Amino acid sequence: MAKQTPLYEAHVADGAKLVDFAGWDMPIDYGSQISEHNAVRESVGMFDVSHMAVADISGGEVREFLRWLLANDVAKIDEAGRALYTCMLNTRGGVIDDLIVYHLSGNLYRIVVNAATTEKDLAWIDSQSRDYDVAINHRQDLAIIAVQGPRGRDIAAELFDDEFKQAALKLKPFRVAVQDDRSIGRTGYTGEDGFELVLPADEAVSAWKTLRDKGVAPIGLGARDTLRLEAGLNLYGQDMDEDRTPLESGLAWTVAFEPEERDFVGRSALEHMRAEGVAEKLVGLVLEGRGVMRSETAVRAADSDVEEKEAEGEITSGSYSPTLSCSIALARVPVDWEESVEVCLRGKWQRARIVRYPFVRHGKSRIDD
Amino acid sequence: MSEVPKDLSYTKTHEWIDYDGDGTCTVGITDYAQSSLGDLVFVELPEAGTKVGAGDAVAVVESVKAASDIYAPLDGEIAEINEQLEDSPELVNEDPFGEGWLFKMTVSDPEQVDKLLDADAYEGIVDEEED
Repeated sequence: MAKQTPLYEAHVADGAKLVDFAGWDMPIDYGSQISEHNAVRESVGMFDVSHMAVADISGGEVREFLRWLLANDVAKIDEAGRALYTCMLNTRGGVIDDLIVYHLSGNLYRIVVNAATTEKDLAWIDSQSRDYDVAINHRQDLAIIAVQGPRGRDIAAELFDDEFKQAALKLKPFRVAVQDDRSIGRTGYTGEDGFELVLPADEAVSAWKTLRDKGVAPIGLGARDTLRLEAGLNLYGQDMDEDRTPLESGLAWTVAFEPEERDFVGRSALEHMRAEGVAEKLVGLVLEGRGVMRSETAVRAADSDVEEKEAEGEITSGSYSPTLSCSIALARVPVDWEESVEVCLRGKWQRARIVRYPFVRHGKSRIDD
Repeated sequence: MSEVPKDLSYTKTHEWIDYDGDGTCTVGITDYAQSSLGDLVFVELPEAGTKVGAGDAVAVVESVKAASDIYAPLDGEIAEINEQLEDSPELVNEDPFGEGWLFKMTVSDPEQVDKLLDADAYEGIVDEEED
C-alpha cells in the first residue's frame, strides 16, 4: 500500500495521473506536462513535495555535528535564517544524498532530504550522531508545498499573517523565515524564483486550496523533472549516487575544503581523488536534430566508430526541453571530451553539442544558437 | 475514461483504422494511447509510396516520457502522411481521431480489414490495461 501525502485527495479531485514514486502515490501530471512546465516558467505553479522528509536537528553540539556530517560547511550559515545546499557523503566520498539545510534559530537546523533515501539517510545521520549532543526529529507531521515561478512569491506570501508575510517578501535567495512550525525558504528546484513552504500537515490542505483559488496551477513530478533538468540541477540516483563523488558529478562547488582543519565524512577520499585527478565529468548536452535523449543512452566521442555497448559516456538524465524545443541531457563523459559527441538513439548515432549548464534560468535560454 | 468511437477499427497495439470501403484507410493512434504517452514532441512518419506489411514498424511517436513504434495495421502502401504533425505533434494529443491522424494507406487485401478489432473488443483491451 503506497503512502499518501495530506494533499492526495486534492490531487485526485484535480484529475492527476498518479504513479508510485519511492513508495508514495504522487501526481506525475494533471493532464499536460508541457503546459505545467510552461506555467512555472511564465507565471506560477505549485508542487506537493510532502513525500520528501523533513528532519529537525537540535542540541548543544548541533553546529559541530553538521560540520562533520555534511560536505558543505554550515559555518557559512551561522547567521540564523540562512540556507545551504550540500551533499552528505559516505567515507568513500560517494553521495548518500543531497539536501538543503536551513538554520532556523540558535541551535535548531532543519534538513529536507529525498523521499527515496529517507530511511537510509536517517539511519546514517543517527549512526554519525552518537558522539554528539544532538537530537534528531523526523517531522512526519509536516507537509511541503513548493510555489515556483515569477509570480510565486507574491501569491504564496498572501497565505500568511501580515508579520510573516512581510518577513517572507524580504527574504533574499537561500534565506528562510520561521514562524512556529512553519518555515518559508526562498529556495526551489526549477530555476525560477519562488518559495518552499513547510507547514503543519493540517494547514497544507487549506493552503493548497487557497493557492488553487488564486489561480496557481498544480504541477506534477513530470514537469518537475524537465524544469530541474533545464535548470541544470542534479537528481539524486541519476546524476549522482553512492559510487560517485561530488567532484565527478558537477558538484565540486558544494564541497567546502576550506578551512583545512575542518574534517568531514568523505574528506580524505575527496582529497585523494583531487590529488590523483578526476577521470570523468558531468556535462550538458543539446541534441542536434530530432529525437529525445534518455537516461542510460550511450555517448561516444564525435566521429568515432565505437559500438553502443563499448561507449565510454552515458546520459544520466535526458528529456525534451519545452523551453528550448529540443532534447537536452546531463551526461557523464571522460574529462577531456569537449565540444561535440554522438549519442545512440534507437540504434542510430546522432550528434550532440557539449554546453555549459544551466540550460535555462529565469525563463530564458542560456544556450547559444 | 478514454474515448473509443464505434465506427472505427482497432489493433491491440492501439492504432485506429478508418477504412473507406474502397481500398484506402486512414490510421492514427487512439485516445488511450495518446493519454498514456503524454505530450508528444516528435512524430516520425514514413514516406509516401513505402510498401508496408501488417505489423511492420512504420512510424515513431515520441513524447516527453517515451518513444513508441507505430505499426502498419494492414498490408499495402503509404499513400499520404499528415505533414502538419512535423511542426504540431500536439495535434495527436488534442484530436487523436481527427486532425491528429498519422497516415493514409492503400490496402492490398481488403479482407484483412475484417480481422481488425471492433470498438467493443478494443475497449476490452483498454479496460484490462487500465486495471
